[in-house]
Amino acid sequence: MSMKFTADESAFRAEARQWLGENSPGRLPSMDTENGARAHRQWERTLAASRWSVVAWPEDLGGRDASLTEWVIFEEEYYRSGAPTRISQNGISLLAPILFQHGTADQQARYLQPMTDGSEVWAQAWSEPEAGSDLASIRSRASRDDERGGWILSGQKTWSSRAPWADRGFGLFRTDPQAERHRGLTYFLFPLDAEGVTVRPIGQLDGDAGFGEIFFDDVFVSDDDVLGAPGDGWRVAMSTAGNERGLSLRSPGRFCAAVDRLVALWNERDADSAATSGVVDSWIAAQAYRLYTWGTVENLSGGGDIGAYGSVNKLFWSQLDIGLHETALELLGPDAELRGEGAPADGAWADDYLFSLAGPIYAGTNEIQRNIVAERILGLPREIDARKKP
Amino acid sequence: MKFSLSAEQQDFAKSLDALLGDFDTVSASRAWARSDTGPGTDLWRKLAEAGVTGLLIPEDLGGVGGSHLDVAVAFERLGYHGAPGPWIESAVVVPLILANSDKPEILTDLSDGTQCASITEPDGSRALDSHVAANTFVVAGHRLYEGTPSKKLRSVDPVRTLFDVQAGTAIADLDPEIFTRAYDSAALACASSLIGAGERLLDDTVAYVVQRKQFGRVVGSYQAVKHALADVKVALDFARPLVIGAAHELSAQSAVASRDASAAKVAANKAAYRAARAALQLHGAVGYTMELDLSLWILRVQALVTAWGTTAHHRDRIATALTQEN
Repeated sequence: MSMKFTADESAFRAEARQWLGENSPGRLPSMDTENGARAHRQWERTLAASRWSVVAWPEDLGGRDASLTEWVIFEEEYYRSGAPTRISQNGISLLAPILFQHGTADQQARYLQPMTDGSEVWAQAWSEPEAGSDLASIRSRASRDDERGGWILSGQKTWSSRAPWADRGFGLFRTDPQAERHRGLTYFLFPLDAEGVTVRPIGQLDGDAGFGEIFFDDVFVSDDDVLGAPGDGWRVAMSTAGNERGLSLRSPGRFCAAVDRLVALWNERDADSAATSGVVDSWIAAQAYRLYTWGTVENLSGGGDIGAYGSVNKLFWSQLDIGLHETALELLGPDAELRGEGAPADGAWADDYLFSLAGPIYAGTNEIQRNIVAERILGLPREIDARKKP
Repeated sequence: MKFSLSAEQQDFAKSLDALLGDFDTVSASRAWARSDTGPGTDLWRKLAEAGVTGLLIPEDLGGVGGSHLDVAVAFERLGYHGAPGPWIESAVVVPLILANSDKPEILTDLSDGTQCASITEPDGSRALDSHVAANTFVVAGHRLYEGTPSKKLRSVDPVRTLFDVQAGTAIADLDPEIFTRAYDSAALACASSLIGAGERLLDDTVAYVVQRKQFGRVVGSYQAVKHALADVKVALDFARPLVIGAAHELSAQSAVASRDASAAKVAANKAAYRAARAALQLHGAVGYTMELDLSLWILRVQALVTAWGTTAHHRDRIATALTQEN
């Protein structure tokens, strides 16, 4: 690439590459199993011990104060080394940016550091049985307990990622039932072993209990664990939604590494011409995503804002991920059916394919993302809101 | 780290938009389709003054000595506004092929817009718009010939006139590298034109669906319509970085330039085609008429998707590169 990296950036890349080359554990058992969760927490400790777990964070929190460019470089090297996806992702990329922006000094002191070494893993608790993409329709509520100086949570969250294996959760609760849908919501942090909390693991399509239901039966949460102002939860939560769909959730390193493996598989299997188109198109898509991301990095580094373009991004990577893995399965032919031991790559292709199928569903379904692109970027009118009387 | 366009390049794009926006490119194109090349030639001269014809011609021959990034910028605007004429051939391919030849005077004439040229694709037998070209060249093997246009052929795009061309006198034996680079650059310019045309189709369709009402509602408020247009937006936004990336590689004469130019062309082919299909579908029956100016872009895309390398051809080039890299 003729894009020039600075000497510091190149040195950062070399250091990351060398360390990962010596320390990357390669693929670990699924983080959504008991053994896998343990192995992943151990890997987080190893990363943290050498200050590679949160490279973009300040140095006093175990980071390296890395720039956005360096973070993307790190991600490229991370996945290039074959290292596994991160069990701490919910905390590091979804909660931490909010803590940095809206958290009190006390919250930052309590929660950031244990996130960096896997000692506290966070579950995200947004969705409810009646509130998925329409997040503002949540019904779980929190009522005021002035005597104890806090709130009583009740209700149910579901499809909560990492819940069966995590230590703590974050989510929105309705604190003012009279207020308009998007108002009257409050952002709470809570321990998953608190009295009144019950977590029921849910088997995912891939067979692992990656998400769970969380039941809240009069769970007390003190005022110290309200993130942002009461009633301001929607705005606080949305300040990272763009992040999630944009850069932080899916840096290109993952897809570049996956497409490198795909090209290797194709060369090894002496592919037929039908699969070749898929391989080439997947390679093009990963390349497009990588280049697009450098444009985004440049924009953000110059003080720009992603805004609704996070949705453009999410639509692209989620489809790229599925297409890439469908092509791999095509190359594997009848072997594509196999999972686990005895399967090609010990089932990695099958596992990653199943995971890719969730992409167009989580972080806001792709239908919702298309609406966002159409309404906020292309300027098309909103659909008639069925809840509003004409 | 610098990936996106410079302020100068953005200004260049804006100035071309102003120039092309003031000119009635639709009338020029429709006239061109009727063999009245007068208005199109006027536009050619104006764009020559803006430097478009001389982008890849060295300054000592009257050109701009620009980069492939400038080419990407200019051709996206040409595609957006639908300028008629052999732009890729005359402003990109011929200048690169003749750069080190003993015919520098042709480049001087090309660069100031007093003449234009056309050329066949490598080992092809057809050239675009030879009726306006002072010179038509034929590429066969690694040899360059003077060409004689004979039979006129009809393109799916009425604004493009194709000619069968016979090779005449051999002019030069050229380094295969030069042909490859010229071909890659043509693919890049074509990809940029396609993205520009795709953006135009998207803009015009958005403008249409926000005013057209059916069943008592603005058509653009229907989710099926929104989703089709959102998918076009995604495809175009992710094709453009490939064009810019390939432009960087071509300017640096890097080893992966051919691979990346092909990637840009494949992605632009798919994105622009998607834009054309969506535009036609969402306009409904009026979109299927020649009267509506939309037809100019729909048919232009159809033609450019196969010009300077089909999707299948460029996929093959990438597949070969990926096999060799592995």
